Amino acid sequence: MADAGSLINWSLLALDPPGWGGVLLTGFANSIKIAIGGYALGLTLGTGGALGKLYGGPVLKDLLEVYTTVVRAVPELVLILILYYAGTDLLNRLSLALGYGSVDISGLAAGIFVIGVVQGAYSTEVLRGAIRAVPTGQIEAARAYGMSPGQILRRVTLPAMLPHAIPGLSNLWLIATKDTALLAVVGFSELTLVTRQAAGATKSYLLFFCAAGVLYLLLTLFSNMVIGVIERRYRRGLAGHAS
Amino acid sequence: MSDETVSATAITELPSREGFFKPHRIVLIVIALLVVFCAVWFMRWDWVPRYAGRLAYGVGVTLLMLVSTSVLGFLLALPIGLVQVTGPWPLRMLARGFCTTIRGTPLLLQLWLLYYGLGSLFPQFPEIRNSFLWPYLREAWPYGVAALTISFAAYEGEVMRGAFAGVPRGELEAARAFGMSRLTVFRRIWLPRAVHRALPTLNGEMVLQLKATPLVATITVIDVYAIISKVRQETYITYEPLLLLALIYLCLTAVLVVAFRWFENRIPTRGA
Repeated sequence: MADAGSLINWSLLALDPPGWGGVLLTGFANSIKIAIGGYALGLTLGTGGALGKLYGGPVLKDLLEVYTTVVRAVPELVLILILYYAGTDLLNRLSLALGYGSVDISGLAAGIFVIGVVQGAYSTEVLRGAIRAVPTGQIEAARAYGMSPGQILRRVTLPAMLPHAIPGLSNLWLIATKDTALLAVVGFSELTLVTRQAAGATKSYLLFFCAAGVLYLLLTLFSNMVIGVIERRYRRGLAGHAS
Repeated sequence: MSDETVSATAITELPSREGFFKPHRIVLIVIALLVVFCAVWFMRWDWVPRYAGRLAYGVGVTLLMLVSTSVLGFLLALPIGLVQVTGPWPLRMLARGFCTTIRGTPLLLQLWLLYYGLGSLFPQFPEIRNSFLWPYLREAWPYGVAALTISFAAYEGEVMRGAFAGVPRGELEAARAFGMSRLTVFRRIWLPRAVHRALPTLNGEMVLQLKATPLVATITVIDVYAIISKVRQETYITYEPLLLLALIYLCLTAVLVVAFRWFENRIPTRGA
C-alpha cells in the first residue's frame, strides 16, 4: 500500500478543466438555486394551503387534504419522476395546442417546480400547525377592532405564528437542500449527478463523493448557523420556549 | 428533526371514519371514481398481468429492505443515543458528529459513496477478496442495507438521545435507592422507559424510511421501483407504471400506519 498522500490525487479537485472542482462548484450552485426556488415556491403554496385548510370551504379542504396526504405518503423520488415527466409533457401539449410549437423547458425551472410542489405539501402541514398555535383570543380581538380578514392575516396571524413555524420551516429548508439530490435521477446536473460523472470519468469515486458530501455538509452547517440567528431573533419575549 | 417535522413530511394518521360521508364528499368521491374509471378505460394497463409476479417480488424486496434496515437502524440508534447522554466525551463527540454528518448530506450521495466508493476500493485488498464476505460484497444489496441502516440510525439516534435524556431523574434515583446496580437500572428502568418514549416517533420514521427505499434502485437493487423502471423501458409507456407505483406506495404507507395504530393501542400508556 502506498501512503495516503500519493493515494489521493488532490489535483483532480483543481478548479480548472483538468481538475473537476469547477464542475462540482457549478453543480453545487445549481443545487442551491433549485433549493432556494423550490423552497420559496413551497412556502407560497404552503401558506395558501394552510389558509385553505383552516378557513376554506369543505371542497377546498378535502382537495388540500388529498394533496398533502398523497405527497406525504409517496416517495419523493416517485413524485419527482411523475411531476417531471407530466409537468413538461403537459406544458408542451399546452403550447402545441395554443400554436406556439414545442417549448424547451429548462431543467432549472422543472426542478424548482417539482421540489416546490413537494415542499408545498410539507409546509402546508407545518404552517397549519403553527397558525393553530396562535391563541384564538388574539385573532378575535383583531376582528373586534374591525380589521378585515386580510389585515388580520397580515398584522396578527402571520407574525404571531412565525415563532411556532420557524423550527419546522428550517427543517424543511434542510430537507429541500437534500431533496435536490434526487433530481440527479431525472438527469438534471446538480451536485450529486456531476459528482457521479466526475467520479466515473476519473475512477476516483471516494474522493469525489466525499468532496460533494463536504459541500452538502457545509451548506447544512451554514444554514444551521443562520437558522440559529433567526430563531433567537423571533423567539424574543416568547415565554416558555427558552430551550 | 423535531417530531412536528416528521409528521409534516410523513403521514402518520388516517382520516377519521365518523362524519366522513358528507354531501360534498359523496360528489367528490363520484368524481374521483369517474377519474379512476377513465384512467382504467383510456390508459394502457395490458402490461400489468405480465409483470404481476415480478411486481409482487419487488414489493417483497421493498418491505424486506424497510423492515431489516429499520430494525438494524433502531438497534444501532440505542448506543448512539445513549453515549450522547451519558458517554465519555470522545464517544459523545463521535456520535454527535456521526448524526450531523449523516443528517446533513443527501441519502442518495451516501448510497453512491458506499456502493461506488467502497465498491471500487474493496477489490484492491486481497484480504477482503479472499474472505468469506466477498460473494456478498460483490452484490448491490449489502450497500443498500448499510446506507439505509446508517441513515435510520442517525435520525433515530437523535430521537433516542432525547428519549434517554427525558426519562425523569427521580425514577433512576429511586432504582438506585433500591440497590440496583447501574446495569440493572439501565436494563430494567432506563432502556424500557426510553424506548417507550421513543415509540410514537417510530411511525413517522418508518414511513420516511419507506419513502427512502426506492433510492436503492439506483444501485441496481431490484425493488418495486426498479421493476416499474424496467416496465417503462420495455413497453415505452410513460405514465401508467408511475401511477401504479404511486398507488403501491400509498397502499404500503396505509398498511404501515394501520399496523402502527394497532400496536399503539396494545401498548399501555399512562399519562403520556
